[in-house]
Amino acid sequence: MLIAFFEELGLATSFMLRFFKQALRPPFEFNELARQAYLTGYKSLPLVAVTGFIMGLVLTIQSRPTLAAFGAESWLPAMVAVSIVREIGPVITALIFAGKVGSGIGAELASMRVTEQIDAMEVSGINPFKYIIVTRVVSATVMLPVLVIFSDAISLYGAYIGVNLKGDVSFQLFFLQVFEKLKFIDIYPAFIKTIFFGFAIGLISCYKGLHAARGTEGVGQAANAAVVTASLAVFILDMIAVQMTSFFM
Amino acid sequence: METIAEITHLKKYFGSSQTLKDISFKVMKGENLVVFGRSGSGKSVLIKCLVGLIEPDGGEVILLGKSVENLSDGELNDLRKKVGFLFQSAALYDSMTVRENLEFPLRGSGSTPKEIENLVAEALENVGLSDAIDKLPSELSGGMRKRVGLARALILKPEIILYDEPTTGLDPITSKEISRLILEIQRKYGTAAIIITHDVECARITANRMIIIRDGTCFASGTFKELAVSADEWVRSFFQ
Repeated sequence: MLIAFFEELGLATSFMLRFFKQALRPPFEFNELARQAYLTGYKSLPLVAVTGFIMGLVLTIQSRPTLAAFGAESWLPAMVAVSIVREIGPVITALIFAGKVGSGIGAELASMRVTEQIDAMEVSGINPFKYIIVTRVVSATVMLPVLVIFSDAISLYGAYIGVNLKGDVSFQLFFLQVFEKLKFIDIYPAFIKTIFFGFAIGLISCYKGLHAARGTEGVGQAANAAVVTASLAVFILDMIAVQMTSFFM
Repeated sequence: METIAEITHLKKYFGSSQTLKDISFKVMKGENLVVFGRSGSGKSVLIKCLVGLIEPDGGEVILLGKSVENLSDGELNDLRKKVGFLFQSAALYDSMTVRENLEFPLRGSGSTPKEIENLVAEALENVGLSDAIDKLPSELSGGMRKRVGLARALILKPEIILYDEPTTGLDPITSKEISRLILEIQRKYGTAAIIITHDVECARITANRMIIIRDGTCFASGTFKELAVSADEWVRSFFQ
């Protein structure tokens, strides 16, 4: 079991090194990259918007009684904003991204492997790693931070609605309180870690898809393994990011 | 006569089982060589070794005068552009139309858009599917998919085409059409071909020469007519 784990780790590391080697070497597949960015980013917007809105709304509703007990209800916008921007927004959006995009990439690549489409690319003299893997990993790395910014904005709007369910705070006052308490150190590290989340989700999903077992069962297993491993990686990276941020703060 | 592909003492293991024990043969320019054998005898492994999709454990593969195992990735890609490959499942790219499937191997070939358009039109005309140019693979029948796969294999005007079970999963009439198409392509372009099959009718129509694989070795070789009346009962049993 331990040997298998280290074997897998070695293969994954070599896969990552191969990614960097191929990503930095021309020719670059800009058209496919744009297509993947559209599929992973634009197509994820509705899901991210709905979950972001609910996230902000629920967090506000759940936090109000506790703050009210301490007479600190006026701190609700600031507290919710810091929670969303620093932690909840990036992590929840990354998990949703891993579920939607990660499983899609894992299943698609496994299916391409099973139906010999990747072999067909190779025998056409086209580098499938550059065309399939590099474009998907780069698009996940670029699009997740964009989605997180979008999700944070929608979440804050959800929080504004949540605050006004049992109160009367104007839009201007709500966001004044939000941005008064949000510091650069809240936004910058959170943004940086989403780049790593996106990279990890893209890379793991591609790795699991490309190394899927043959047969339809392998497609399901690859999709499942992509989501589970990518989600786990998001938590591990988040833990490291929190430790590093605390160190600098 | 020029040798297009030469395999010498090829060996391949999968775990502890040896699929290919000692395979040697040559394919000459313009020749259709049919590789015959039972399912699981390693026929598909053989042609995948030929284009470097599977790494052999022993022996040598020389394709178009180059030893495949000694090539760098770039050199192997250049060599592969001179080889057409029709996969058992046709392996069309699901997310692309027929046109895009055919244009895909031409990327980076230096052809102008007009030249690409002409090449795609010619390849589709060769397989009688000009009307299907804007369809997705999911909208095509099994026979049509094979034809598009064949058009894609042809588009770079290869010197050798490798057919992996070209008639598997098709009805007898479509199988015969595909077999005749293989023959037509050989006559029109003078390409060499290795045809992996266990379809006797396909072998009868397409083969200039045949080899039969048994227990990981070349068990018998000859023309279709010679093998059909072979002294060996096992060989004869294929043709009955």
